[in-house]
Amino acid sequence: MSEQIEQALERKYDAGFYSEIEADTFDIGLDESVIRRISEVKGEPEWMLEWRLKAYRSWLEMEEPDWAHVDYPKIDYQAISYYSSPKSMKDKPKSLDEVDPELLRTYEKLGIPLHEQEMLAGVAVDAVFDSVSVVTTFREKLEEAGVIFCPISEAVHKYPDLVKKYIGSVVPRTDNYFAALNSAVFTDGSFVYIPKGVRCPMELSTYFRINEQNTGQFERTLIVADEGSHVSYLEGCTAPQRDENQLHAAVVELVAMDDAKIKYSTVQNWYPGDENGKGGIYNFVTKRGICHTNAKISWTQVETGSAVTWKYPSCILKGDNSVGEFYSVALTRGRQQADTGTKMIHLGKNTRSTIISKGISAGKSNNAYRGLVKMGPKADGARNFTECDSLLIGDQCGAHTFPYIESRNPSAIVEHEATTSKVSDEQLFLCQQRGLDTEKAVSMIVNGFCKEVFKELPMEFAVEAGKLLEISLEGSVG
Amino acid sequence: MLKISNLHASVEDKVIIKGLDLEVNPGEVHAIMGPNGAGKSTLGYVLSGRDGYEVTDGNVTLNDADLLELEVEERARAGLFLAFQYPVEIPGVSNMEFMKESVNAMREQRGEEPLTAAEFLKKAKAACKQVQLPLDFLKRGVNEGFSGGEKKRNEIMQMILLEPSLCILDESDSGLDIDALQVVADGVNSQRDGKRSFIVVTHYQRLLDYIKPDFVHILADGKIVKSGDASLALEVEKGGYAFLGKAYEETEA
Repeated sequence: MSEQIEQALERKYDAGFYSEIEADTFDIGLDESVIRRISEVKGEPEWMLEWRLKAYRSWLEMEEPDWAHVDYPKIDYQAISYYSSPKSMKDKPKSLDEVDPELLRTYEKLGIPLHEQEMLAGVAVDAVFDSVSVVTTFREKLEEAGVIFCPISEAVHKYPDLVKKYIGSVVPRTDNYFAALNSAVFTDGSFVYIPKGVRCPMELSTYFRINEQNTGQFERTLIVADEGSHVSYLEGCTAPQRDENQLHAAVVELVAMDDAKIKYSTVQNWYPGDENGKGGIYNFVTKRGICHTNAKISWTQVETGSAVTWKYPSCILKGDNSVGEFYSVALTRGRQQADTGTKMIHLGKNTRSTIISKGISAGKSNNAYRGLVKMGPKADGARNFTECDSLLIGDQCGAHTFPYIESRNPSAIVEHEATTSKVSDEQLFLCQQRGLDTEKAVSMIVNGFCKEVFKELPMEFAVEAGKLLEISLEGSVG
Repeated sequence: MLKISNLHASVEDKVIIKGLDLEVNPGEVHAIMGPNGAGKSTLGYVLSGRDGYEVTDGNVTLNDADLLELEVEERARAGLFLAFQYPVEIPGVSNMEFMKESVNAMREQRGEEPLTAAEFLKKAKAACKQVQLPLDFLKRGVNEGFSGGEKKRNEIMQMILLEPSLCILDESDSGLDIDALQVVADGVNSQRDGKRSFIVVTHYQRLLDYIKPDFVHILADGKIVKSGDASLALEVEKGGYAFLGKAYEETEA
């Protein structure tokens, strides 16, 4: 039986193609001159460059963290190119008609048509290719509602006051090694501002694609939801299949002002490397949001890709009655390693947080949940509920749970539940006896295990995520 | 329809079935009784192709097809249904979703169009009512948190929906109170249409008061040692398996 499961799990990575697109790519290496050049090609104001340089100088003093339950060879930061842009993007195309058709084809192949009439109605997309944003759709429609949705490199010019005020306000430049590196060299990403009382009329999404070889992707996303506003945002990511590892170190900052709600969903499908662990993306990401009074931030992530994942989307529950949520499905196969979870920092009174984490390990992979729940001295009546479930497929993988709980308030309540289970031969036999083949059976069992998380995804993407797990688990062509 | 000849099978190198012959014609109900450890459940697993149950000799054909050559799911699609003694839970996968996939897999095999959600729902509701389970069982996870009796009724519901040609019931009576037993038996009887065949594996004669068998076989030490009509079951009820010899008498005592 386990042999059949193994077969069902054989990977097929559909997004592993490379697009032949002429690119302007920096030579490998990192020093202050590289940062100055990035700032220069982006035509940034002086303050932004200064900010980057400060981050770079702090990064030089910092050490790469080694506490995560992952193992990878030391990264040579001088062997990476820190900027790559399709040549055709140099002239800054003004409309979709001016965009290189090969770029558009790349996104089409990935199932993300960028022509508005072909798109899922109600979803606006910012398409980021290597170090630049290719196009952002539905901008006019969003502008009518007062919503700003644009590449962050553009926001630096057009909305400097907003960017200056909020960038680094949730994830400080010196927060950690990878965040500092990102602050120094970030190239593009999305900027979102939802004005007071506005309910964003459509789903916003950013689609990240790494294409060039030996480049790193360092995107930065900043979402500010002003008082009483609502927004739902989704990001997706893929990369070509290669033998070398590539670094992706992103920073995402969310600001939810009083009574605002932000729902942030991720479907992460970076190239995971081959079955022997060759190649794949190192996904070292810092994501954090701050909630003011009565605000709510909800993180939902479906992590199926990357060779190594190091990622803890977190909430700082600063305002009274604010709510933080974290729903996660992390699937590891082959030699993938994931160390992921969340931090819920309860500072205000009656703050509430929910953590539902589903880890699925197969093959020879390792999957760790790491979560911190912290109750500050003023967090009277704060509550947390954590559920952490692991599903093992086969007998050579590992599931690990590292919960950290710190409570400095006697009235705070913290609950933690954890389970570990296996896809059993009995379950498979029942499915097969009812006429289902092994692949269908395994994907059904895994989808059932993830149900609580999938129901949190925006509807269009819940289907997508289910399919992604199916593809990930399929032996044949998906 | 089902023809078993000289079947030998082992589990983890232990020989359990030792030369079993059985022929089941369309529409017949065969009861298989026998002491613990006789190989009753093993027979169901061997016929359905469960991993780890190795056939070492003999032939089995189902509707003239070589059953032993087929994968588990292919046997199921060929019309073989096994009602489990201890149905396993599949958390998070709704009964509806599970059975719809399953029914459509069978339909595909028969060259029929898959049922739409609405068509399926109608059938599922009817089957659910027939086995007297509340309709919310369709939405619940497969066997998740069901009582023993509910699990057994859920198996019968699946049997009704899948319309198999051969049903093997593995101790579907164990752990049931008299009312639940009646529901299970009614479900089975409703599916007797003169064409569908049944193999009813049971330890006790009780079930056979409700599901009248055409033939009763006594399985002991991996072989059918005695066959007869329904009266054989009554004999066993009265005298136990004493006629098999002293060794069995002791196991039963």
